Amino acid sequence: MGKKRLIAETGAGMHGVATATVAALLGMPCDVYMGAIDVERQSPNVERMRLLGARVVAVEEGSATLKDAMNEALRDWVANCDDTFYVIGTVAGPAPYPRMVRDFQSVIGKEARRQCLAKFGRLPDQAIACVGGGSNAMGLFAGFIDDPAVKLVGVEAGGKGLATGEHAASINGGRVGVLHGAKTMLLQTADGNIIDTYSVSAGLDYPGVGPEHCHLADTGRAEYSVIDDAEAVAAFDALCRYEGIIPALESSHALAEAIKRAPSLPKDALLLVNLSGRGDKDMENVKRWKERNAANLPEPL
Amino acid sequence: MKRITEAFQKARSEGRGAFIAYLTIGFPSIEASERAADDLIAGGADIIELGVPFSDPFADGGVIRKAAYEALRQGVTLDDVLATAKRLRAHHASTGLVLFTYYNLVFSKGLEAFADAAADADIDAVLCVDLPLEEREELLAALRPRNISFIPLIAPNTPMERVAASAQGLDNSFLYVITVKGITGERKELPPDLTGRLDEIRKCTSLPIAAGFGISTREQAKTVCAHADGFVVGSAIVKRLAEGKKAEL
Ligand SMILES: Cc1ncc(COP(=O)(O)O)c(C=O)c1O
Repeated sequence: MGKKRLIAETGAGMHGVATATVAALLGMPCDVYMGAIDVERQSPNVERMRLLGARVVAVEEGSATLKDAMNEALRDWVANCDDTFYVIGTVAGPAPYPRMVRDFQSVIGKEARRQCLAKFGRLPDQAIACVGGGSNAMGLFAGFIDDPAVKLVGVEAGGKGLATGEHAASINGGRVGVLHGAKTMLLQTADGNIIDTYSVSAGLDYPGVGPEHCHLADTGRAEYSVIDDAEAVAAFDALCRYEGIIPALESSHALAEAIKRAPSLPKDALLLVNLSGRGDKDMENVKRWKERNAANLPEPL
Repeated sequence: MKRITEAFQKARSEGRGAFIAYLTIGFPSIEASERAADDLIAGGADIIELGVPFSDPFADGGVIRKAAYEALRQGVTLDDVLATAKRLRAHHASTGLVLFTYYNLVFSKGLEAFADAAADADIDAVLCVDLPLEEREELLAALRPRNISFIPLIAPNTPMERVAASAQGLDNSFLYVITVKGITGERKELPPDLTGRLDEIRKCTSLPIAAGFGISTREQAKTVCAHADGFVVGSAIVKRLAEGKKAEL
């Protein structure tokens, strides 16, 4: 392709770290755009990117989160498209990005399917993943899309609750629109401006969602539910304590959904949860969230 | 009425390029941008582009972005911009009025309702920054019966077949040729291959061509107009307004 430079946008910083890693390996310069609020609340990943030699550009505009990082990355790209490849971090953006990212992420679903068959001798009853832009979910779903018996469940960020308007649940709380080159469900005002989103987890803090998720929601092949900050933090704590695994706050939304569903399912039901990332990056963020919400912390699970 | 075609014809007959002026409507206020349009028209602008403020102006440089955010802060919507256009039309019968917008604002209003409102305001054409060729037909189908045209954007790396396809089926329009790879905003220098590119584009269309993005000085406008039918000035005007100066070239 002849590209000499990489750029990316990142919310939680996971995609930024991945892109910075590739750039280090290939000896390419790399600029990662990240909302200023996310730079602040995901500082361990900022440090990782810098160690890997990437330049992290804090974007102060708009809501200073993921969508603003994407705006800035697009601005860079249109100016530098000759020598720069834009590595979009989720199944959003203009075609063919949603398809490309899904195909690359499908390793998750393929591997999970193989592991399920090897370990349990059968497919899971439900495959559950969190949905920010929707890449880890689409990657997981790709492995099971042709297995109609496997229920596909995407989990959106409910933030402070759907009713408060402070959330990032585009499918559950949004309306069809066009942003970043994709027609998709968007959180927007009555006159079509994009609303600032909110979630305790930086990676889910995006006002849109990959268009293929809207398709799966329309056809009913997948269902999309909502988990709020408090439920996600409770699930985060639970996995730490019971399993010794510190999950990403994003993934904790998927986990919380599984915990919510489990009691009404048969004992031998098999729930596959995508732990899309680890939670070291979230230690400080969770601590601060608990301090802010000290008056009404969720019951330990 | 074919005001855009006529604006270019008039400019050509006067031996000059057409002057197309961009304003973010609602910056610094609705009234001020309306007055700025009056000033620009009095100063010789042939076509006014009415920029609609959008929350995510990803094709714009800092000057126009700031203007959009300020207009939004004041609650300016697409409907306000259309109402502004209607008032401008009342005393500028022959000036071309182009609505310059991001697509979601139009889509959100509903294409038919939007086209009705644009016709009521007597807008001549619509330019959607983020509506690619492949997706434009739905909007064009709503605009066509109301005799509202569409302005395609041509990027520095748009292949010639695509330039031709973009011009296809359009009347009372012009090709908006983006001078530089990148976003809106003033540039000290325009790319050296721009004039050659304009000559090449000229060969594949019968529509007038106007160059925009980065043009802020008379010198630049002159250079461009030796190879194009018109030029667009945006950020330089918005910046003058931001500095509290009068809108003029
Ligand atoms: C660990 C983790 N999971 C999930 C996401 C959400 O992104 P997506 O919905 O594209 O998978 C992110 C985004 O940063 C993340 O860091």
